[in-house]
Amino acid sequence: MSTEIKSPLPGVFYRKPSPESAPFKNDGDSVAADDVIGLVEVMKSFHEVKAGVAGKGIRFAIDDADAVMAGQVIAEVEA
Amino acid sequence: MTLRSVLIANRGEIAVRIIRAAKALGLRTVLAHSVADKDSLAAQLADETVDIGPPAAKKSYLNIEAVVNAAKTAKVDAVHPGYGFLAENAEFADAVTAAGIIFVGPSAEAIRLLGDKVMARQVAALAGVPTVPGSDGRVTDLGEAIAIAARIGFPVMIKAAAGGGGRGIRIVQDADEFARQFPQASSEAAAAFGDGGLYIEKVIERARHVEVQILGDGSDVVHCYERECSLQRRRQKVWEEAPAVGLPDDVRQRLCASAVALGRAVGYSGAGTVEYLYDDASGEFYFIEVNTRIQVEHPVTEMITGLDLVQEMLRIAGGAKLSVSQDDIRIEGHAIECRINAEDPYKGFMPGPGTIETLVVPDGEGIRFDTLLFEGYAVPPFYDSLLGKLIVRGADRADCLARLRTALDGLVITGIPTTIPLHAALARDASVTDGRTHTRFLEPWLESDFAQLARAREDA
Repeated sequence: MSTEIKSPLPGVFYRKPSPESAPFKNDGDSVAADDVIGLVEVMKSFHEVKAGVAGKGIRFAIDDADAVMAGQVIAEVEA
Repeated sequence: MTLRSVLIANRGEIAVRIIRAAKALGLRTVLAHSVADKDSLAAQLADETVDIGPPAAKKSYLNIEAVVNAAKTAKVDAVHPGYGFLAENAEFADAVTAAGIIFVGPSAEAIRLLGDKVMARQVAALAGVPTVPGSDGRVTDLGEAIAIAARIGFPVMIKAAAGGGGRGIRIVQDADEFARQFPQASSEAAAAFGDGGLYIEKVIERARHVEVQILGDGSDVVHCYERECSLQRRRQKVWEEAPAVGLPDDVRQRLCASAVALGRAVGYSGAGTVEYLYDDASGEFYFIEVNTRIQVEHPVTEMITGLDLVQEMLRIAGGAKLSVSQDDIRIEGHAIECRINAEDPYKGFMPGPGTIETLVVPDGEGIRFDTLLFEGYAVPPFYDSLLGKLIVRGADRADCLARLRTALDGLVITGIPTTIPLHAALARDASVTDGRTHTRFLEPWLESDFAQLARAREDA
């Protein structure tokens, strides 16, 4: 069974804390509910997105620096 | 030459403002916009529009090549950069000029010189403008550094020479702490900025942020008096007024004269702002930096002087001399500007882009609302949260505040959260109405007074 992680805000989704950094998570990584999986930049402020669910393999649905709508699926996590 | 056309390389309320000013002068207006702004108010008002790329500012509004190509394609005489984005980018000014197009603003050399903090401070000092007491450039020797700090008087800031935007600053209270912190600050600066250079500056506590608007035509420079922008959150101005509150006239004269001296020293052309810290207690003011562009808060100056600063910038860019002499510029009344942002002040200023349902703008004498909004407009999430600026003028500050309270109550924006309630509370706060504010006033006030108001509102 898989769970969707949705963007809480509209904006631009980043998979890395800074352009030079490694991604928070790679496809296939396991996640804990409290793990940060990305940032949404909205109106020049950055908001952390947490997995909200624990699971074995995360699979991202969108690329780094892509625009997202609120409620859009960012990733799926296999339980 | 006189301009016939101008490309506006910006968005939002300032793009609207520039288009209106250019049209008033009979210019053809061309808006360079990102995909996200194709339905914006500025796009509707401009005579022509050019798409310069995707929503992300890096790929559109900050893309020098895209903007210069748009200006060449549209065959405009000039480019107005507004504020933010490329407005203070010397490379952009060079690229525009190299394309045979006029950059509406000072020369690339002036932007470069005044954009470098250490150089700007040296130019200011040479022009006789008081700078914050500190070391004369870099300090490396601890003993020498302690002697300088003791001479200036504690508390002092140890700043990384290569730092900026608030990074690499330590505040120390006495010589012992200084001796401990100085070597640490140096190694930290070396690690963070690749340069362990340090300098020392006095901490000005409870200062007001006061800034002087200047206009230059390359030979003559005048000032349009000052603005006070002490109410700031996270170093962002929230509320601005003109003239500054409780500034003695002799200080005002010296302050404004020093800004003109600095402008003359660099042969300044266009609109610019010289920023200072003003210490109420000592009556001293100190240079901080120069902004080589039109500023968000320029309307408060327009309201008290009757000038149109954007039209003036365009005329100067077209080769005209200043249309006013210093004697023509006088202060009449008092003006306050409230920045209305798409943020929820009750929820930690969380930004809230979305669609505008209702927009009711108060009107009446002395009220101005500079905005990008219209009903049905979808505020995009990609840019800053400024929706508009409510500017109110009154006969004096008390009259202005009374009118402001009414105007704020009459300003209705629904569909998204806004900072209107914050301004309504500030306009009724005794410290604000009495003018007892400083640059470190707003954040603690938000934690205490405003939080209390928010709780009362939830209980109601």
